[in-house]
Amino acid sequence: MIPELGHFALILALAVALVQGTVPLFGAARGDARLMALAPVAALTQAFLVTLAFLALMQAYVASDLSVANVVANSHSAKPLLYKVTGVWGNHEGSMLLWALILSIFGAAVALFGANLPDSLRSRVLSIQALIGVGFLAFILFTSNPFTRLASAPADGNGLNPLLQDPGLAFHPPLLYLGYVGFSVTYSFAIAALLEGRVDAAWARWVRPWTLAAWCFLTLGIALGSWWAYYILGWGGFWFWDPVENASLMPWLAGTALLHSAIVVEKRDALKSWTVLLAVLAFSLSLLGTFLVRSGVLTSVHAFAQDPARGFYILCFLLAVTGGGLALYAWRAPSLQPGGLFQPISREGALILNNLLLCTLAATVLLGTLYPLFLDLLTGDKVSVGPPFFNATFVPITLALFAALCVGPFLGWKRAELWPALIHLRTAFVVSVIAAFVAGFAIDSRSTLAAVAFGFGVWLIVGTLVELATRLRLGVVPWRESVRRLRNTPRASIGMTISHAALGFVVLGAVATGAWHLELIRTVKPGETVSFAGYEVTLQRVDNVQGPNFIAERATLAVKRNGRPFTVLQPERRLFVVQRRQVAETAIQTNLLRDFYATLGEGDANTGWTIRLYSNPLAPWIWLGGALCALGGFVSLSDRRLRIGAPSRLARSRASGPALTSGPGGPRSQKT
Amino acid sequence: MKPKRKRLWLLLGSLAVLGVAVALMLNALSDNLVFFYSPSQVAEKHIAPERRFRLGGLVEAGSVKKNGQEVRFTITDTHEEVSVIYRGLLPDLFREGQGVVAEGALDASGVFVAREVLAKHDENYMPPEVAKAIKEAGQWRDKK
Repeated sequence: MIPELGHFALILALAVALVQGTVPLFGAARGDARLMALAPVAALTQAFLVTLAFLALMQAYVASDLSVANVVANSHSAKPLLYKVTGVWGNHEGSMLLWALILSIFGAAVALFGANLPDSLRSRVLSIQALIGVGFLAFILFTSNPFTRLASAPADGNGLNPLLQDPGLAFHPPLLYLGYVGFSVTYSFAIAALLEGRVDAAWARWVRPWTLAAWCFLTLGIALGSWWAYYILGWGGFWFWDPVENASLMPWLAGTALLHSAIVVEKRDALKSWTVLLAVLAFSLSLLGTFLVRSGVLTSVHAFAQDPARGFYILCFLLAVTGGGLALYAWRAPSLQPGGLFQPISREGALILNNLLLCTLAATVLLGTLYPLFLDLLTGDKVSVGPPFFNATFVPITLALFAALCVGPFLGWKRAELWPALIHLRTAFVVSVIAAFVAGFAIDSRSTLAAVAFGFGVWLIVGTLVELATRLRLGVVPWRESVRRLRNTPRASIGMTISHAALGFVVLGAVATGAWHLELIRTVKPGETVSFAGYEVTLQRVDNVQGPNFIAERATLAVKRNGRPFTVLQPERRLFVVQRRQVAETAIQTNLLRDFYATLGEGDANTGWTIRLYSNPLAPWIWLGGALCALGGFVSLSDRRLRIGAPSRLARSRASGPALTSGPGGPRSQKT
Repeated sequence: MKPKRKRLWLLLGSLAVLGVAVALMLNALSDNLVFFYSPSQVAEKHIAPERRFRLGGLVEAGSVKKNGQEVRFTITDTHEEVSVIYRGLLPDLFREGQGVVAEGALDASGVFVAREVLAKHDENYMPPEVAKAIKEAGQWRDKK
């Protein structure tokens, strides 16, 4: 009964989305206020219906309703409750429903918070949002219905993929989807603006919070996914340049570029058509990511859930969204008014360089990811493009980006001098050069590139802090005055400082872990001791333990340093009974400066067990930095409260739009 | 600066950056492409030792021999086979009779030294290249 309700709710949602995708669009073209008024109501109704459908599926999972095919294929009654809930999106059908749910919720959010948007813009945005919704709802209903019943219910389900039975991965897809789908709002705004033929500072102010929110969630999603891969796959790595990872990195890069170019539109009314194009591309790359993951066209270490028919549908949908968006862009963009003028050396110029480099990075990743596909189509050769390609292309371009990153915030709008900015940064430069030398000679001399990259990480942190200190005039004026200045600094600027510095922490963590980790693989018998990275590791015993839905071998490794007990690690090797699948459960001891990482391989009492030990310096910084980066975004999102009524000291340097035109709950003005 | 001059300047700057990027990419692509071969193709092509490539097929039943951390096994596409040496922990889903993709290079004696054995999420999953390779090997034998 409940699954049928869910199914019907989904069909109704499709009908509502069809109405929402056409009538308000027509109304906006005709200037008919009654037709346009339909859009918010329809958006809320659609969100309600999709939520209903999602809850119905969740109920089927929680109650282990074994007459539903999707539950049988992906759940099991003995599974812990958390994984029954998260199992809803641990499979293709459910994850597509989650996608549709988030899409409709974003639509409802635009309807709720967009009361101050012009009617025609709002109804167009909601219509485009609904048309995307139509694509996804039809996809779910016609190719991957999660509510299909079985004629006869089996005794129990097949269970969830054991690798996914993990708290980290449980929340990875929702965060990632919040990011992917968040860009749909930006896309809708871009298409609506093209239809309206108008892009101005107000438009940028409305778009920026949505971009920022999507970007924050995507950042968190990627960080969480990388962390999950680090501790569950047991390879000690954190990023594998796998197509599925690249799929989330490309929209992130395009989204980051969009975030920065929208500032130029908002502040200087320039780069308008470029920003619109980026908005179209960011969402297209999100869809491309979905296509790559869902269709299985590329061999991926992560590959699961594959179906060519579904892939074909998403490919057509991708072509419609991208092709339609670009065609409309080609037709309408020339009519957009060109914006303000500026010198190459200026804040605008710096942001253009940022965009250029970020887009080049996205293109690099795109080429590396799709090249095997093209080559297969053209010549039939099977190739893979691995980490060496990405290291050779991605790293030099990011280093150029990092070099410029600290300079940009020192440049004023319109026209600036490079030299004073560099003078400000001389301390940061000296510190990072010293750091690079220390890293190269004192810490680890294995890789020169790593030492240089380490210096760049320090440069990002120190350079960003120097910028903050300069803004607060720290040490020049009394500290009370600096504190007062800090309080008056717009949250958007604080957010920028946090995110930029956080990037430095990610770089330091990635360089240290990637280049300076120590690794040992050894077969040991109980009682045997190996020395590793200055520690003595003893395999004390291996026990059999019983989990809720798995049985496991648990090794107890006593780690000593200089003869004194340091820690005890208990890596496991779990056998999930239902799926007959083994999964290694890593044991990690961290002091935030170094991860001591152990996994247990196969073995028995006679031959001993294979253990793998890693010492990963600064590894936690990668994910803490990622979280901090997203935090910076959220701080920037909260800018509005502070800005209302606050006198803008910096407003004098630019001619932005009226300071209090409202946006949908986001920053209305960004200083830096 | 006049708008036209500015635009020209921007365009040249962009082209320079893109040019460097394209040069980097092409250079990296030519050095770092890793081809995928089935055991039949390995037998046919006489691949130079130390040339990195991916080898895919089925792990031949009964061929896995462990000696400490060193594992020896045979990858087959039901027609030809290649001996593989791998030092390290095998992925959790490594099983005899199942599809596998290994990355590495041949040594002088024609044994494939794997630097990486790729794990898959799903035990029913067959890498598409492996499925194709096995199919092709089968057809080839039919013709003979």
